[in-house]
Parts: sequence; structure tokens; C-alpha cells
Amino acid sequence: MENIVEKSRIARILDSDIWHSFTRSPVAIISSIVTLIVIFSAVFAPFIAPNDPFDLVAIDIMDSSLPPAWEVEGDPRFLLGTDDQGRGILSTIMYGARISLFVGFASVIFSMIVGISLGLISGYVGGRTDAIIMRIADIQLSFPAILIALLLDGVARGLVPKEMHNDVTIYVLVFAIGISGWVQYARTVRGSTLVEKNKEYVQAARIIGIRPGTILRRHVLPNVMGPVMVIATIHLAIAIITEATLSFLGVGVPPTTPSLGTLIRIGNEYLFSGEWWITIFPGAALVILVLAVNLLGDWLRDALNPKLR
Amino acid sequence: MVSFLFKRLMQSVIVMFTVALIAFSMFRFVGDPINNMVGQDTSEQERIELRERLGLNDPFLVQFGRFSLNAIQGDFGVSYKYRVPVSGMIAERMPATLELAFVAAILSLVVGIPLGVYTALKRNSFLSKMIMTTSLIGVSLPTFLTGIMLILFFGVVLRWLPTFGRGDVIELGSWSTGFLTASGLKSLILPSITLALFQLTLIMRLVRAEMLEVLRTDFVKFAKARGLPNRLVNFKHALKNTLVPVITITGLQLGSLIAFAIITESVFQWPGMGLLFIQAIADVDIPIMAAYLVLIAFFFVMINMIVDILYYAVDPRLRADNE
Repeated sequence: MENIVEKSRIARILDSDIWHSFTRSPVAIISSIVTLIVIFSAVFAPFIAPNDPFDLVAIDIMDSSLPPAWEVEGDPRFLLGTDDQGRGILSTIMYGARISLFVGFASVIFSMIVGISLGLISGYVGGRTDAIIMRIADIQLSFPAILIALLLDGVARGLVPKEMHNDVTIYVLVFAIGISGWVQYARTVRGSTLVEKNKEYVQAARIIGIRPGTILRRHVLPNVMGPVMVIATIHLAIAIITEATLSFLGVGVPPTTPSLGTLIRIGNEYLFSGEWWITIFPGAALVILVLAVNLLGDWLRDALNPKLR
Repeated sequence: MVSFLFKRLMQSVIVMFTVALIAFSMFRFVGDPINNMVGQDTSEQERIELRERLGLNDPFLVQFGRFSLNAIQGDFGVSYKYRVPVSGMIAERMPATLELAFVAAILSLVVGIPLGVYTALKRNSFLSKMIMTTSLIGVSLPTFLTGIMLILFFGVVLRWLPTFGRGDVIELGSWSTGFLTASGLKSLILPSITLALFQLTLIMRLVRAEMLEVLRTDFVKFAKARGLPNRLVNFKHALKNTLVPVITITGLQLGSLIAFAIITESVFQWPGMGLLFIQAIADVDIPIMAAYLVLIAFFFVMINMIVDILYYAVDPRLRADNE
């Protein structure tokens, strides 16, 4: 029994409009391959990175500031060159992408949980609760998300004792970026909930006495998830950029566990001495990742938009 | 109209009130203000006296009232790190940020609108497609990377333009301007392009989308059928009708220019408010953060209000609905 359900689910995906639209869009295929490559090399960085940038024994100061392998003074061991401490740039990028992606995904999930719950409550309960939640959303929306993330980050840093900073900043970042992004989800989910709650299946569920929490979770939620996935994809790109920006500004991930943004910040100091590769390669990795995710989001939005079919 | 204005004003007051409350809570509850103000060797007795003198033992509402009254008069207390009044520090750095944001706003409008119109009219030309692809990369390029690449190219490789600071400034009363010296203007080029680029792509894509929408409508088709010259149809009929959303977004973007200036200023070491703010975050210098927050919120609220009123002035339908 279990097996049959699984099988038909895969068959259903292969037969869906989304899958058809995916196989016809070269942009979507290429950008999802790129995204998967980045995710793969980030997740398996400890196994596939050519050298371990955090193993102090393996780092040799004699290897410091080597240009990329194809330049005259390059070293084939370090394809993209090394930084001032002799760490291979390619490896630091792989490890950095790990942190960037972790913060990106975690804050998107955090935003989703907060935004979807508030949106469901706002739409389903209505009345004063709805008014209050939506007013807060309006106020927050009139400020750029990056400013809110910066501010939350700053305040949270003030609340955490200094000696704990390096251990918790990553969670502080997830919190700050997550809170700065919930409004989009809440608004969309509220809109869809308002539509769904008057439909017959919800009324039927209410009549047979199912509790509101269960109705929202089991019946309304699955029907409002479509647009949420689009927002989440585009939001992932924004979250990654925000993390990189905060880390670049020096209020994000500490240099001991550098993310892509931190790497760019470190490299920026060597720009004027001509060691461009320390900044440019992490920067390029960031742009490629964000561009791929953005393109994927663009495609998903068009694919789910019934007007464009 | 009057009731609309009143409602709008009330909304702004509520927003400012909320922001002030947040700023005050930050000031009061993030860390101990006394600890941040005095040195290590201050005795317990002196601390208690200082606490009493600053009124930190008063009820919350009394303290908040005092904070708001002071804030309205521009007094945000003394920076924890530099031991000078915050208002002075901000006033000193405000011209730098405002000049940068102003130039960037003009740049993004002057370049963004024509590009948007062009890509909408010549939708299938090679140049349009190239512009659109470039703009997508522009959206994915974080502001600080744009800055770094410009520095690398124009500052390090070509050595044409200065890459940090404001150059020479001239004091006009309390306003220091970089518009009047050659080095001041040269220093403005890279930061303002960096700051403008993102807004520019946004405005361009918006104008293009709106133009395409309007060009499909019947009245434009009819105007063409009447034999009006293309130029007249495109600019008098079509472009005019795209302006409402463009004004809204541009207005809102003006606010975010000031916010994004934080990043640009930190890449180019531009001595503006944003750089001050980011240093304050790193140092947990709460009075500066609170003052910056309230000031930025004030800018935003003002801009939003002006945009709403402009909306009202530009779109006659809104007036008809309300009267």
C-alpha cells in the first residue's frame, strides 16, 4: 500500500505542469544545476576541498599570497591562488559557501515559520488580531529589510556578552535576517487564507468540530503553499546577499569561520596591493550563486502563474 | 482631501512613536547605560548618584516622555565611545550622506527612465535584450561588490579616480559640500554610481513593465490609429500614464538610498552617517544607533507622506473616489 502511494507521487510529479515547464526551460535547468553544484560542494567541502584551510598544520606561510594557478607564479596545488595566510582560495570558498548557505536557508525557514503562522492567524481570525499584525507588517515594510537586519543584529550584539560573540553571531544573523523578511510571507498567506477559509471544505471541517489549529495546519496550509515557494526562492537569494553584506560590513560572521561575505571583506584589504584574486573569486562565487537562485525564482514564478500559461 | 491628509498624518505620528519607543528601549535595556558612561574606577556611590541624577530610577513612561521630548529637540545624549553629543556628530556627517544620495537618485532617474522606455519600445532589438540581461546581473550583484569592482577597475588598474573619502570640501555655514571642488566631484563619481546602480536597474525594469502594459491598452492603439506621430503617442500618452507607480517606487527608493548608503559609505570610506552607524553597531554605541534610527525613520515617514500626497495630485481618480 505504502509503495503504491510513493510511486504514484513520483509519477504525479513527472506528469505535472511544473515538471513540463522545467524541462522546456534551459535557463531553469542550467540555474538549478549551478545551484546544486554549489550546494553539493559546500555540503561536502570537508571531503572534496583540495586543502583544509582551517587545519593549522597543513597551512604553510610559504604558500601565502600565491596568484591563481594559470599565472606565472601560480602553484598547481592552489587553483585559485592563496590568501595572506597561505589558505587556498578555492577551499575557503567551499567552506565559506557552507556558512553562507546555512545562514541563507536557516533564515528563510525562520521567516517562513513566523510569516506563515502570522499570516494564517491574521487571515483566519480576522478582526483586531488581523489589524494589529497587518499594521506591524505595514510599518516594517516601509523600511528596507537590510536596515532592519542591521539594526536587529546591532541590538542583539549589545544583549550578548562580548566573549560569547564568536559563538552566537551566526544565530544572531539568522534571527536578524529571518525577522527582516517575514512580512512578504504573512501578506501572501493572509491573502490566500482569506480566500480559502470561505470555501466549502474548510466550512465542512469546521462543522464536524475540528479545532481551528488543526484546520489551519491540515487543510488551509497545503493550499496556500504555492506562492510561498516562489517567495521563499527569491528570498533565499536576498538572504544570502544580506548575510554577505552584513559580514562584509564587519557585523556578521566572524573571521574565524568566514562566510563568502567575510572572505570578500578580508580580501578587500589586499585589493590595492594587486592581490585581486583574494576578493574577486569569493565575489564571483557569491554572484553566481545568487544569480542562479534568482533565475530559478523567476522561472518558478512564471511557471506557477496561471495567467502566463 | 483634508480627512485624507489627517489620516495620513496620524499614521506617520504612530510610526514615529513606535520607532521612538524601540529606540528608547534599546537605549534603556541593551546593556546598562551607567556602565557604558563611566569608567572602571567609578565607585558604587557615584554610580548610584549618577543613576538618580539622570533619572534612570523614574517610572518607564516618565523616562520615555523625557527621551521623546529631548529627541524632538534633537538631543540624543552623549556617545558612549567618543564622549561628545550625538546630535553634533550626526549633523557633521549628514551633508556627506545627503549629497551622495541626491546625486545617486538623479543618476538613477536620468539613466533609468530612458533605458526603460527604450527597452519597452524596441522590445526585440539586440540592444534591449542586452540591457535586460545586464540588468538581471545588476540585481544579483550586491552593492558592496559593485563598489569593489569599480574600485579595482577605475582606482587600482586605471588609477583614474579616487577610491576613498570625499576629497576637498568647502564649508558653507554648517553644511560641508563636495560639489564645489574638483577633487570633491571626482570623489563623488564612483560612490554615486555604486549607490545608483541597483535603483537604476529597478527603475528601468519598472518603467519597462509599466510601458509594456500601457502600450497594450486601447487608448494607445486608438491614438496610433488616429495617425498621431509615434513620438507623441509614446511620450504624451504612454509614458505619462506610467508615472504613478514610478513616482511611488522612486520615492520609496529615495529612502532606501539613504539606507543603502551605509554599504556604499563603508566600501568607499565615505564620511557620512552610514559609516558612523556601522561603526556604532560594531562598538555597540547605543546613543548613536538610537539617534540614527529615529532620524532615518523620520526621513522615511516624510518621504512616504510626500509620495502619498503626490500620488493624490498625479492621479485624478483617487480624488474622485474620496469626494
